[in-house]
Amino acid sequence: MKALVWCGKHKVSVETVPDPTIINPRDAIIRVTTTCICGSDLHLYDGFMPTMKAGDILGHEFMGIVEEVGPAVHNLKKGDRVVVPFTIACGNCFYCKRQLWSSCDNSNPNAWMAEKMMGYSPSGLFGYSHLTGGYAGGQAEYVRVPFADVGPFKIPEDLTDEQVVFLTDIFPTGYMAAENCNIQQGDTVAVWGCGPVGQFCIRSALLLGAKQVVAIDDVPERLHMAQEGGAVTIDMSDEQVYERLLDLTGGRGPDSCIDAVGAEAHGMTVDAALDKIKTTLFLSTDRAHALRQAINCCRKGGTLSVPGVYIGFPDKLPFGALMNKGLTVKTGQTHVMKYLKPLTELIRKKQIDPRFVITHELPLEQAPHAYEIFQKKQEGCIKVVLKP
Amino acid sequence: MTTYANPRNKIKASRSPQAETFNKKGVHVRRAYTVNKSASDLFDFWRNLENLPKFMTHLQEVIVLDEKRSHWKAKAPAGTSVEWDAQIINEEKDKLISWRSLEGASVQSTGSVRFIETGDRGTEVRVVLEYIPPGGQVGKLVARLFGEEPSQQIQEDLRRFKQLMEAGEIPTSQGPRGTCGSKKSRRTTS
Repeated sequence: MKALVWCGKHKVSVETVPDPTIINPRDAIIRVTTTCICGSDLHLYDGFMPTMKAGDILGHEFMGIVEEVGPAVHNLKKGDRVVVPFTIACGNCFYCKRQLWSSCDNSNPNAWMAEKMMGYSPSGLFGYSHLTGGYAGGQAEYVRVPFADVGPFKIPEDLTDEQVVFLTDIFPTGYMAAENCNIQQGDTVAVWGCGPVGQFCIRSALLLGAKQVVAIDDVPERLHMAQEGGAVTIDMSDEQVYERLLDLTGGRGPDSCIDAVGAEAHGMTVDAALDKIKTTLFLSTDRAHALRQAINCCRKGGTLSVPGVYIGFPDKLPFGALMNKGLTVKTGQTHVMKYLKPLTELIRKKQIDPRFVITHELPLEQAPHAYEIFQKKQEGCIKVVLKP
Repeated sequence: MTTYANPRNKIKASRSPQAETFNKKGVHVRRAYTVNKSASDLFDFWRNLENLPKFMTHLQEVIVLDEKRSHWKAKAPAGTSVEWDAQIINEEKDKLISWRSLEGASVQSTGSVRFIETGDRGTEVRVVLEYIPPGGQVGKLVARLFGEEPSQQIQEDLRRFKQLMEAGEIPTSQGPRGTCGSKKSRRTTS
């Protein structure tokens, strides 16, 4: 089959590799019909993520048709059309039983590796380094899906791939980030980063009743998309973020701040310049400019919600501000399985049409080009959908 | 040689919950995992000692000889193996199993597993394992059974027990890989 293979920093290529096969009884093989590049794939592409190995197949946002199921999978059959959550979960452990799917105890074969770094291991993830399992990803023609009786979610015939493929990650991720803000009447939610997850944060926060959503970025087409989604925008390249937020909230500050940027923030300030030097020299793993600014701008007693992916040890976090203002911090990889049904309903009821975020649809063969324009924010690229 | 009919005593005596040494005195490992299954399910699986090689990768085979006695075979480097006989020395239904190698066995080995129900958190499985290799060639082989990090390897064995019990299978990321231009085949485990 054809698959997008990671060969090193800024080096990906489409190769012919062996087809996956059923290994465990709860496996299924999915023939991928639509797959996407995620903003978090850029952390791999940019060489920020440790434990990548040349030859790894990338991709964790994919959907398709069930080709084959293992003997223990009884709820799926050949021909079913499914979306596949990027988190892999066994369904039976303490965490899965409490809907904390992305904390599954049993799905990361390299749990020992993550334990050394984090104390305990999160769930396995598709195509996202060996720290989270080393599973072959979905930017490919076929994928082996472990615990296929838990993750894959059958999609009604009346919805197209493009309408539902973001259920695999970015829509639930944006939605969970907004839900984590515990939005009350009259609330202002500020969102750092208007990439695909940020866009879904904006729309989800409004769906969940925010009075005002403020979106912060410096890429014109992303700010434009945020505005179309109902946000007030701040262009951080020519506006003072803190001052504008104060003005927009009558001097109170946002009730909740969402960092939808993660480990590779860039900024216009001294701390951002220092981060760039340190991460280049591998003195630090993360550039946390957006996170710092979100902590500082959040009102007292407010909520900091972090869907952006961090890797290890971001530097110079203003923990004093966090503590003294009594902020609530909510974060985590998305518990995707929890959101599949309710968000599919939102799509069916036309309360949201996730297709708004798609700017490019390309064949899988052009994935290396797609990575390049996505990473460089060229050609107005915000979200790439790939067709194997 | 001490037997650990009551592993709790041993735990109290230890400085670290995962104390591990591998010197003349052998391998000593203790580790607890909480498994989301009833004590009775876990006890039954473990009590059939022939199941142990399903999650303990250093074991090749355990053959149950009678109600108490069993024959153990462990993989040793270079395709060889080390074998010994063991017997169950203490057993409380759904609570405790402990075993030790028979006198004169080539490998002195003891182990115990205790199952403690916690209500809604599952069952705590507390394992103590000890291997004391003899001198000579067999001792060298035994010393190499577990590689350089015996504690880590045995902990991984116990994790596999939890995975097998909770998920019904042991996860693997074995699967296709790219070559990035190298000629070497890349279908490997990670």
